[in-house]
Order: sequence, then C-alpha cells, then structure tokens
Amino acid sequence: MSIKVKFFARMRDEAGIGDGEVDFKEGISTAEVWTTLVKNTDFPESVMIAVNMEYVSGEVELKDGDEVAFFPPVTGG
Amino acid sequence: MLIEIRQKAFQPLTEIEAYERAFLSPGKFGATASFVGTMRDYNDGESVQGMTLEHYPGMTEKHLKIICDTALERWTIVDVLLLHRVGKIDIGDPIVLVAVWTAHRGDAFDACRFIMEDLKSKAPFWKKESVNSGERWVENNTDGYAENNEQEAIK
Repeated sequence: MSIKVKFFARMRDEAGIGDGEVDFKEGISTAEVWTTLVKNTDFPESVMIAVNMEYVSGEVELKDGDEVAFFPPVTGG
Repeated sequence: MLIEIRQKAFQPLTEIEAYERAFLSPGKFGATASFVGTMRDYNDGESVQGMTLEHYPGMTEKHLKIICDTALERWTIVDVLLLHRVGKIDIGDPIVLVAVWTAHRGDAFDACRFIMEDLKSKAPFWKKESVNSGERWVENNTDGYAENNEQEAIK
C-alpha cells in the first residue's frame, strides 16, 4: 500500500531523507514507517506525528493512501 | 474571520485597520484586543541575527481554523483576524497577529489570549534561528492556554 511520508524541521535533519510516497506492507504502523525508512536511528522520543494532518499519539496503523508526518514539538507564534 | 499564512512582512496596525474597515460595521462591536508577536534579536542568552519559519502547508491552516472555531464557540465574538509569517524573518518583523472584535472587553482579552496560546502549543510551525555559531532549531514549546487565569508561568 502507498503512504505519503513527510518530515519537518529537526526531524527532517535527523531522518536525513526527503518527503516521498512509499510502498509498505499492509498494516504498517506510524513508528514502523520511521524505523523502516530511517536506518541506524532510534525512533525519536520527542517526535510528534500527524496522520492525514491530524495529531495522533502512540502507534497507529496506517491505511493505503494515508499521509504521515514526523516533526518536533511546534514553536510558532 | 480571516486566517492567512504570509510569506512577506506585514504591518499589524495597517492590517487591523483595513480588516475592520472592510468587514466590520461601526456600532456592532465594543472591544478590540490584539496581540503582535515580533522577532527579537536575542534568545536563550544569545544574539540572534534572523530566523526562518517553516510550516506544514495544509495542516497549519487546518489547525489555525480549528483554534479560531474553538474560540468562537467559547466566547461571544464578532470577528477574528489571524496572520502568521513563514519564510525568512528579519529582526523586528511582526511574526504573528491575532485581533479579536467583541461586544465586551472580557471576551476580547480572553479569546485573544486563548488563540495565541493554543497556536503556540498546537499549530505546526517551527523556528530556526541564525546565531553567531550557525543555525539552531528553537526547541522551547509551551503548554497552551491555562484556565483560571493562571498565565503567569507562560512567557
């Protein structure tokens, strides 16, 4: 199944890879997307995750066509 | 209600005046509260030369709308204007403008503060500062709007 993956701010630096659309096995979770794509790096403790532009907490199972984004705590304003 | 992400510098007072003239009727509001966040030349004990503000296109606008809609449900509000810069920010540039028009001052003050605090804790923006040693991501997050006026701890 196809998942859009995005990284923002410090998490983009940590991941060291750009955004993209990636094929994964059925039932992959948000954390597994990170550990599959980002080699030799532990899943970051301070990461925030959004699926289809909504915040999620913990590991969430993804569906075909989902967009998952990894980013650090926000610092706007 | 107007919510906009701006790539270029804006003048907050000009924006408030223009929005009020275009969209608000005289006599229909009795209070206007506004907040402007401005780029400092120092942070965390270091001199700062400038900043780049990144956002998540689509998600940022969506969550700013949710924040303003929540304020509209909680307080009696006539109108809201929210502008936020992204891209390269120079020292002294306004970063964010929140303006709230209401009948009475209490709703205006409280809703303006709520929108600002919720924005700082939930809206996906990230600051990267230019300092003497190079560039650094700003890491300090805030907890959001504090109920019961316990705002003293919030910077």
